[in-house]
Amino acid sequence: MGVKLLLDKANVPGIRTYEVYRREGGYRSVEKALKEMNPESIVEEVKKSGLRGRGGAGFPTGMKWSFIAKPEGVPRHLVCNADESEPGTFKDRYLMEFIPHLLLEGLIVSSFALGSHDTYIYIRGEYAWITDILEEAINEAKANGWLGKNILGTGFECNIHVHRGAGAYICGEETALIESLEGKRGNPRIKPPFPAIQGLWQRPTVVNNVETLAAIVPIINMGGEEYAKIGVGRSTGTKLISACGNINKPGVYEIDMTISVEEFIYSDEYCGGIKGGKQLKACIPGGSSVPILPANLLLKTATGETRYMNYESLSDGGFATGSMLGSGGFIVLDEDQCIVKNTLTLARFYRHESCGQCSPCREGTGWMEKILHKIEHGHGTIADIDLLWDIQRKIEGNTICPLGDAAAWPVAAAIRHFRDEFEWHINNPVLSQTSNFGLQHYADPIHVPA
Amino acid sequence: MTYTFNDTQMAELNRLVARYPEGKQKSALLPALHLAQDSFDGWLPTELMDYIANLLKIEPIEVYEVASFYSMFNLKPVGKFIFEVCQTGPCMISGSDDIIAYIQEKLDIKPGETTKDGVFTLKLVECLGACGYAPMMQVGKIFREHLTKEKVDSIIAEYRATVTN
Repeated sequence: MGVKLLLDKANVPGIRTYEVYRREGGYRSVEKALKEMNPESIVEEVKKSGLRGRGGAGFPTGMKWSFIAKPEGVPRHLVCNADESEPGTFKDRYLMEFIPHLLLEGLIVSSFALGSHDTYIYIRGEYAWITDILEEAINEAKANGWLGKNILGTGFECNIHVHRGAGAYICGEETALIESLEGKRGNPRIKPPFPAIQGLWQRPTVVNNVETLAAIVPIINMGGEEYAKIGVGRSTGTKLISACGNINKPGVYEIDMTISVEEFIYSDEYCGGIKGGKQLKACIPGGSSVPILPANLLLKTATGETRYMNYESLSDGGFATGSMLGSGGFIVLDEDQCIVKNTLTLARFYRHESCGQCSPCREGTGWMEKILHKIEHGHGTIADIDLLWDIQRKIEGNTICPLGDAAAWPVAAAIRHFRDEFEWHINNPVLSQTSNFGLQHYADPIHVPA
Repeated sequence: MTYTFNDTQMAELNRLVARYPEGKQKSALLPALHLAQDSFDGWLPTELMDYIANLLKIEPIEVYEVASFYSMFNLKPVGKFIFEVCQTGPCMISGSDDIIAYIQEKLDIKPGETTKDGVFTLKLVECLGACGYAPMMQVGKIFREHLTKEKVDSIIAEYRATVTN
């Protein structure tokens, strides 16, 4: 069993309620932070912890916090990004649904560190029942003196508000989220100015992911240095991985980033192997936007090293032969899955979710979907593969926000590693409608533990 | 048709607006539109959007442009229950195609359509964050997960019963 810092109490009956959460040691970090520390020393601890943003980008949290401007007389805001929408990702949902007070605890400490008196949780609109759970938890925390005016007699005031989105993946991008929180369309802003200078209502704002903010609790409790000892290299602490697809045990797992990808997929403690005893074909290890890897490159790097479940190892080899840890949305595809079809559903997703501001993304995502649709349904030509490649290349890096990149990468990686499957589809327009390309060379050399 | 919130709905609107600073009441637009949609017929006719604009002291166009951006807001009449079935990658590899086909067959409607009796609307949606519990669909506030054909049958029966009784 690996170290657990976030989900260690997840199985305690009633942990969702304040009473049980507090009895299990909850809200200790608020006492410590507000009574024994000051905002600067909290930021220092977070820096020492090496915590990196858990939403997908992996930017160092302490550094992000240190950028917040502090102009005299201007309120600052902390916003929790609970707009979890990256296909394959459902970890924040789990945390909020089962241990809502852990998020609130992290939010109170972080609000104190950043000087936010009105903190917002922007939650995706579809998580309506979780909105109710969070509202309930906020009421409990308020009734017990952890929110509101003069918390613990320190004079610190903090209010937490839950704001429901309404179905838009783009609102997970921090400036789009801010626009949406202002009651507008979720169109990302051009940076600079960065939110830390001009964010919500033009005030200094920090936007952090749910898991990132929850991780503040163990960091304060154990100290940044101790936290940094868990994990490996620049992948410190623990990470929540939401595993899905063709595996025996889909679900949310907390890992300490020292386990191998192979162990994660095949061990009974985690995914429990491929469903139905089938072979592993491919995997998207960090949410739908990160490059898909064939089995051979997933379990071992191009140089034959074991691949581990952490930021550095998963990205070893760059996009040529590696991928990313991303949001931790771990999507496993077995031998029966069709890469063309999978890529088509993702292309459709990004076309649907493009906000439409930037031409390369607005037009390009539509073209990619149409071409993939053509290939999937037996009407493709070999030149279509090159056209797809050309389009994705022209989207990447040419848009205001990273949605363009997120849409381009899955298509690029699918062609990079599975070009022969695309060609097979095109050369076998009839056969490809009733059967799949299968494994071919992808699973070789694959080692399935007995 | 004109729309007016009752006292309870108005109190809820005021609670929503109070979360944001003075003069920033436009921030309450998304929550207000959810409230409006849930309070009336499950969709947002122009008159209802105009009413919300008036309450939040913003221009109607500011409401229209937002309502048309977010996929949860319905701009056309819908059935009493909307089956929002996820079709994105992780659900697709877990068999959502079969579930979607089965629902179409059972309800005799295509995606985007409503049954003749006005009870069910079928909508295909993109990832709802239930990838580990696929295939799935959202019905109202609830996620219905690990869908099978048998489960779809019982879900349809369950909602139909609430209408006929």
